[in-house]
Amino acid sequence: MNEMAPRNFAKLSVAAITLAHGGGGKAMKDLIDDVFARAFDNPLLTPMEDQARIEIAALAARGDRLAFTTDSYVVDPIFFPGGDIGKLAVCGTINDLAVGGAVPLYLSCAVIIEEGVAVATLHRIAQSMAVTARDAGVAIVTGDTKVVTKGACDKIFITTSGIGVIQPGIDLGVAKARPGDRILVNGRLGDHGAAVMVARGDLALETSLESDCAALHTLIADLLRAAPATRFLRDATRGGLSTVLNEIAHASHVGIEIDELATPLGDEVKGVCEILGLDPLYLANEGKIVIVVPPDQVEAALSTLRAHPLGGEAADIGVVREGEPGRVTMRTRFGGMRIVDMLVGEQLPRIC
Amino acid sequence: MKYIDEFRDRAKAEVLVAEIRRVIERIAPAAPLAIMEVCGGHTHSIFRYGIEGMLPPEIELVHGPGCPVCVLPMGRIDDCLAIADHTEVILTTFGDAMRVPGSRGSLSQAKAAGADIRMVYSPMDALALARKHPDREVVFFGLGFETTMPSTALTVLQAERDGIRNFSVFCNHITIVPTIKAILDSPGLHIDAFLGPGHVSMVTGIAPYHFIADYYRRPFVIAGFEPLDVLQSIWMVLKQIAEGRCQVENQYGRVVPEKGNIPALTAVARVYELREFFEWRGLGSIDHSGVRFREEYAAFDAERKFTVPNVKVADPSVCQCGDVLKGAIKPWQCRVFGTACTPENPLGALMVSSEGACAAYFHYGGAPRRVPEHAS
Repeated sequence: MNEMAPRNFAKLSVAAITLAHGGGGKAMKDLIDDVFARAFDNPLLTPMEDQARIEIAALAARGDRLAFTTDSYVVDPIFFPGGDIGKLAVCGTINDLAVGGAVPLYLSCAVIIEEGVAVATLHRIAQSMAVTARDAGVAIVTGDTKVVTKGACDKIFITTSGIGVIQPGIDLGVAKARPGDRILVNGRLGDHGAAVMVARGDLALETSLESDCAALHTLIADLLRAAPATRFLRDATRGGLSTVLNEIAHASHVGIEIDELATPLGDEVKGVCEILGLDPLYLANEGKIVIVVPPDQVEAALSTLRAHPLGGEAADIGVVREGEPGRVTMRTRFGGMRIVDMLVGEQLPRIC
Repeated sequence: MKYIDEFRDRAKAEVLVAEIRRVIERIAPAAPLAIMEVCGGHTHSIFRYGIEGMLPPEIELVHGPGCPVCVLPMGRIDDCLAIADHTEVILTTFGDAMRVPGSRGSLSQAKAAGADIRMVYSPMDALALARKHPDREVVFFGLGFETTMPSTALTVLQAERDGIRNFSVFCNHITIVPTIKAILDSPGLHIDAFLGPGHVSMVTGIAPYHFIADYYRRPFVIAGFEPLDVLQSIWMVLKQIAEGRCQVENQYGRVVPEKGNIPALTAVARVYELREFFEWRGLGSIDHSGVRFREEYAAFDAERKFTVPNVKVADPSVCQCGDVLKGAIKPWQCRVFGTACTPENPLGALMVSSEGACAAYFHYGGAPRRVPEHAS
């Protein structure tokens, strides 16, 4: 973001973005200045160098390993109940750092904008990113802006990368689940996937569903303090709960059995799934983690999760078994057993 | 959730399973009783709730042909793609059909290659698209049994009333009764009783099935789709067997009226006529098993509006979809199950739809691991 002038933010004078705003000239400088630099304003961003410069000593004082992650956000629609693409881009990358046990510190933000997008829309997204980052205690310290021709992207795509620091002693891993360990989640599943599907508007369903999009790093920090023997955490985003469980079962060479009755689901998610023939186990979440803890720390973990605003409905949903390695099963609410497999392709609604 | 959870109650299920055991003891069959559930919706429910594992070993569930996506032959997909190739066409389809393989790929692949193919949830959505895009030709890929046949018919009637000329249907609607008959007539078949289609019967009523009980002497219970419906229906056919009865009974009375849905049947009769024959994947050509538009509605018939190549494509020779559909083999006994044919790269359509028996076994049954135990 070296193109930006410090402090004295220029003002965009047009209502919509054109290719000129990606041309490298004054229009682009004005766009970055007015929309992004103004919203993200912080000391590491201000010098407008090609890179943010972060003191190693300050990082080393907070931990012994650096965590580094990246993710792209292309959600459609860009605004949905409970969030927007900007909030998602900040929370998602914070969560990707936090589930590794890292304290998230710095983010980058690269945006690809389709020509014709309203400047007001960009302001709203940048503001949402800024507020979410500030609330989470992280800084957006570098970025990039590109504008592409109509149709080359869908309104706006955002890529955020993140840096965090892992404290000594924390060593979470997908291959660390052991027979007897319990599987916990921090609340009801599928809200994001269902809310976005409904927000697309082609289903003509009216619900009060909201995305669960949230930054989970403080919840995770509390959890790791209360249950330091926690084996593994992962946010159940695309592919939902079932994908994470299958990843654990494969990597740890264990079986996993969950109980449908113990798995928290909201009534509206159940309703949307009934109507469309979808399986809530595969719906995306943006504020839910799957947690593997040894049996002696289940109580501590659950009570800590439930004491946090983002874990009020935390539940113990299943157990790690020796069983058949890689196999995830569910005791259905009906009393039968079924396999919970990885999702193949996209979930397609049934016709009858 | 009200009206849902009641039908998935674990305690009630246990009572029913105990009753089923008691009736089975009374029957004391020499070989397992083969009960075919006709509908893909039943198959899906059986796997999703783990019903098969709750039943005594004397009951063998055979997964029937009632998944309309699964029985679509490759040639019809190829014909559909030929329509979608026209640049003015917006092809609309139910999501299920997107991944069904034709001989030159699926609708999903054609979409990625640039064809304008959109998923809809109802033919009325397709008609709305036609209104919105008067310069384009909107084609609806009409498929399904009597369950979806009326909604397509009513949409065509609506289009006619509103004078919409840029809307047509590629009609692949099929009818289940001739197919059950074809299955009953196939040599060496061993099915003791049927769980009859629930949503088809909601439209047709129960009269079309009497020949199965009267002529073929098989108990036939029209079954709902919730897991308790399925269990209760199994108990009802077992009771018929135990008491030496062969009747058409209606377990799904809360949805299926005895005489069916008269307005729906009227719309169906007005718009469609029976085809002489229709090709089914795996089962071959079955007489009078499909419908087409009557001459009066030719303007809405995509097969007449476009030159459709009318391709005949043989099912891949390694596929045993037909044997699975007839219940002659279990999905995991097919020679390509889980190897050349997987949900990711389905060879046969039974592997595509969530209601297809093979996909259900693959996802919910963990069947690949059972292959070494059972396959010869």
